[in-house]
Amino acid sequence: MIPTPDLSHLSNDDKLHIYDPAGQLHLTIRCRSTTDIPTEDTFLLLDSLEKDVQQLKAQRPLICLEIGSGSGCVSAFLGSILGPTNALYLCTDINQRASACTFATGKKNKVPLDPVTCDLSKPLLTRLRHCVDIILFNPPYVPTDHEESFHAQDSTGIAGSWAGGLDGMEVTNRFLDDVGDLLSDCGKFYLVALAQNNIPEICQRMRKKFNMNSRIALQRQAGREHLSIICFSRS
Amino acid sequence: MVRLITHNLLACHAKGCTTNNFPLLLKDVQIELREQEFNHDFIKNILPRLEWRALVRQLGDTSLPLEQPEMTDDEFLQKLHHVLLEIHVVEGVMICPNCKHSYPISNGIPNMLLAEHEIG
Repeated sequence: MIPTPDLSHLSNDDKLHIYDPAGQLHLTIRCRSTTDIPTEDTFLLLDSLEKDVQQLKAQRPLICLEIGSGSGCVSAFLGSILGPTNALYLCTDINQRASACTFATGKKNKVPLDPVTCDLSKPLLTRLRHCVDIILFNPPYVPTDHEESFHAQDSTGIAGSWAGGLDGMEVTNRFLDDVGDLLSDCGKFYLVALAQNNIPEICQRMRKKFNMNSRIALQRQAGREHLSIICFSRS
Repeated sequence: MVRLITHNLLACHAKGCTTNNFPLLLKDVQIELREQEFNHDFIKNILPRLEWRALVRQLGDTSLPLEQPEMTDDEFLQKLHHVLLEIHVVEGVMICPNCKHSYPISNGIPNMLLAEHEIG
């Protein structure tokens, strides 16, 4: 097992600002290594990247993008398995504090991460059309009512990391439109999803709208939730 | 820290701002130089993705030619590596040449969030 990135530099205060215990109550917390933090969904995403590592390396990705990078754990991991200088690792988050943590995590784990605080990938869409080789997104996927999600995203605070609105898909749906623009011809998009997000519908929609293939890269039962990592690619 | 490689990928996305919204003009910058290991293949492969004019002279650095050269020898790639990956903007602002919207950079992180009325 490839080690989880070192997150020991993050303070308890950092953790409170980027991981909401209320969101985590939906998931079982498991320590993948002796350092604290990432939750079950992060672990599943790391495990799926590790599982696909040979394929990912063979792809020789140049530009990688993580939406909602949080602590920076996932991008730091991706960078360590692909090679810290072999690609550009862009990270976005609506939470400025998370962007700062992302940068620090990259530095701690010797993977240069380039964070931008912004909504999804908006400032990058013009320049990165069909250019992104690996896209990672662990979205706010917990079903909540629309107001809760709307205010959570608007305030760019902690609840923005999990409150997902109707079917837990409101933020994901906005980004799925952008994936069609961003993903390179041989690119791969990894998305974390709950069963309640209606995974077959997401896959069908991506097929119809963007002619994308999908497969379940990995799945796991975590407490009451069934989590999946869906991997999309162009046909 | 915002490096010039990232700056080369950021455009203004304010409401209605769809032309002349790139590159963002860097102003009042404080920079830091940090070494990074040179990766020949990465620099060679990223070159076609760059908007050359948007890269050169951004911070007054004169090591790169105004026009993208046809021949890309090792010396050139090393200079490009330095400009793209080793110059970090720690503080400053990025201003849209079209709508003049100002995006701050603080502690090396660019903040490109928009207020609700500014979203396209």
